[in-house]
Amino acid sequence: MSLAIPDRGWYRAPAGAEKLWIGLALIWCFVMSLMMPFWHFRGKQNSRGEAYAVQPAAFMARTEKFVAANKVGERDGMPIVEPAPGGEAYLAARMWSWYPILKLRQGETYRLHLSALDLNHGFSLQPLNMNFQVLPGYDHVLTLTPTSKGEFTIVCNEFCGIGHDKMIGKILVE
Amino acid sequence: MSYAATLPAPGAPDFQGAVARRCDTTGLSVCLTAERFIKFNAVAAVVFLLLGGIAAILLALTRWQAVHLLRVDWFYRILTFHGLNMLIFWILFFEVAVLYFACTVPLKSRLFSPKVAWLSFAMMLSGAVMVNVVILQGKADVLMTSYLPLLAHPLFYLGIILVAVGTLIGVFNFFATLYVAKRDRTYEGSIPLVTFGALAAAIIAVVTLLHGAIVMIPTFTYSMGWTAQPDPMWYRMIWWGLGHQSQQVNVCAMVAIWYLIANLSTGAKPVNETVCRGAFVLYILFINLASAHHLLVDPGVGATWKIWNTSYAMYLAVLASMIHGFTVPASVEVAMREKGHVKGLFGWVMSAPWRNPAFAGFVLSVLIFGFIGGITGVTLGTQQINIIAHNTLRITGHFHATVVGGTTLAFMAVTYYVIPLIFRRDFIWRGAARLQPWLFGGGILLVSLGMSFAGSLGVPRRDYDIEPAGIFGPAAHLFLGVMGVGAILAVIGLLLFVLLCVGTILFGESNAGRPMADWGTAQAQVGSRAGSLADDHWAMKGTIALTAVFLAAFAVYYFANWKALADVWPVR
Repeated sequence: MSLAIPDRGWYRAPAGAEKLWIGLALIWCFVMSLMMPFWHFRGKQNSRGEAYAVQPAAFMARTEKFVAANKVGERDGMPIVEPAPGGEAYLAARMWSWYPILKLRQGETYRLHLSALDLNHGFSLQPLNMNFQVLPGYDHVLTLTPTSKGEFTIVCNEFCGIGHDKMIGKILVE
Repeated sequence: MSYAATLPAPGAPDFQGAVARRCDTTGLSVCLTAERFIKFNAVAAVVFLLLGGIAAILLALTRWQAVHLLRVDWFYRILTFHGLNMLIFWILFFEVAVLYFACTVPLKSRLFSPKVAWLSFAMMLSGAVMVNVVILQGKADVLMTSYLPLLAHPLFYLGIILVAVGTLIGVFNFFATLYVAKRDRTYEGSIPLVTFGALAAAIIAVVTLLHGAIVMIPTFTYSMGWTAQPDPMWYRMIWWGLGHQSQQVNVCAMVAIWYLIANLSTGAKPVNETVCRGAFVLYILFINLASAHHLLVDPGVGATWKIWNTSYAMYLAVLASMIHGFTVPASVEVAMREKGHVKGLFGWVMSAPWRNPAFAGFVLSVLIFGFIGGITGVTLGTQQINIIAHNTLRITGHFHATVVGGTTLAFMAVTYYVIPLIFRRDFIWRGAARLQPWLFGGGILLVSLGMSFAGSLGVPRRDYDIEPAGIFGPAAHLFLGVMGVGAILAVIGLLLFVLLCVGTILFGESNAGRPMADWGTAQAQVGSRAGSLADDHWAMKGTIALTAVFLAAFAVYYFANWKALADVWPVR
């Protein structure tokens, strides 16, 4: 019994069904292990964690420069900014907004720079349900290719204080 | 069991001055010092479980959008409170009780030191009270993870440090007891499997709690203004060395309890000791970098680091859980078949002691932990799949299946033996007790499923209100409602559990001098013979079928998630 001292000589190799199950489980673990490097090279959705050190103030300055150079409109006081196809885009996360609104083109690839100006934030692109962590001090670069059109909503999904649930952003894809 | 003859007379002084008693049910000898601290820690654990449960219902009734009970500031405050009371205090206090049991009773040993046990208990309790007071005063609305640069009152961090160090001291008492038992030869040969599982839990706990010290001490000194702010990414990495690995402590303790209840209720013994012990060793060796699961979509750690730490550290630990997932039901099945319950594939299931709440809770714990918690955990913790899961309610759905449906339910189940055997009182309201695991387990199953489906629709975790986003439709609201209904059931189950425990300790009939009132144990049929299947390595046919279904479900869920991932925008 599990509470009693086992008899001497309890060491035995697994046999029968137990041995078969260990073998199957091990193979399954290998399959799952190999899926990740496979997807890294052959799949299209990966999180490489490409990031550069950046001070919040410096990141905000870059974002302002990006907005000034590429602004194409405004919605409720929030600038709508259209980066050059294939170019760099900046998105600053702060309590409690995503700045600015981005306007992207379907099928083009962008380098999207994400960083936080104050606390941790969560970049959660809906209704696609794509999620990335945003930290202060880190310029997190996503090389992103929108493949569907429409208005997409960024929900913050890392707790960032009392207004967390109202921290909503937009990405427009044409 | 061969050592009954070596036991001292009941009540006689023993073990170098410490006093032991002989259990009237099992015949095991119980160190009275250990018994006292098992009682203290178990009672404290149940108090924190109650606090966390009250918080749980407030949270669920807030996230259920149709009810939306709390104000926003109190929502995050209670969320912080819930996480710490449930995941840290309830679990740690109970685990210390499990450790004290596992190092004394099965080894016929005394507890190493009552003074050390007092110190551990006092530090843990004062730390936990400190944390709770600071949270309820509104000075630590930082959630359980307290990610920097969010900053709480210094006493919040100090309280957590006290709890962690107090637990470490308790773990030290466990190791010292093992040493003393070995030195004094209170037993011959290898330690029993339950003690071995507890030892694995204790080893992982040391690694875990050291991570806690490494991350919490500089955060505490920063909160006092003495040192600079630690890097937020560094904080996340080390904090999850605490946060995730502590869950592996829970897994070890839970699996040890599975083996214990299987044994107490059906007489099951490991089909192969080597395999069971080997699986515990896998936990110790391959769990240590599991904090990676929380950083899979983080900046600053690269794909190589993420993939390596996910699969190296994780999948051999997954292997360990899959092994226990076979050996635990197999041991029950073999025991039942040896008792003569041999009809078909699942005749042994039908004649199992379902009226025993410990047995029912244990089976539900195995099923919820394995089928829901395990499968979702491995899938969501896959490096790329995490993109479509990170910080959504899918994560919360996963760990309510592991920590609550698995660990907490197993702890509740074993309590149906702890109170009669350690507090020596028979349970009151035995009919209600038989219902309790089903109520709690069923409720948690709904909570977990509701959260998981809402999360698949993008609903974030730790979010006060999903309406401002303006994008979540009727389906998301429905699943949050399912979670709410499940939470009501689970909390009723929890309150019933607390009531049963408190009522029994206060008013239960004493069973000193006689065996505990039997909850129901598997009975042997006429003509059956224990050990008759010892050499039949294919006897567990029902288990083979169950695990085949499990593996198929696992593969379907896993590859369905790769398909879902392939449908979102390309990103690298």
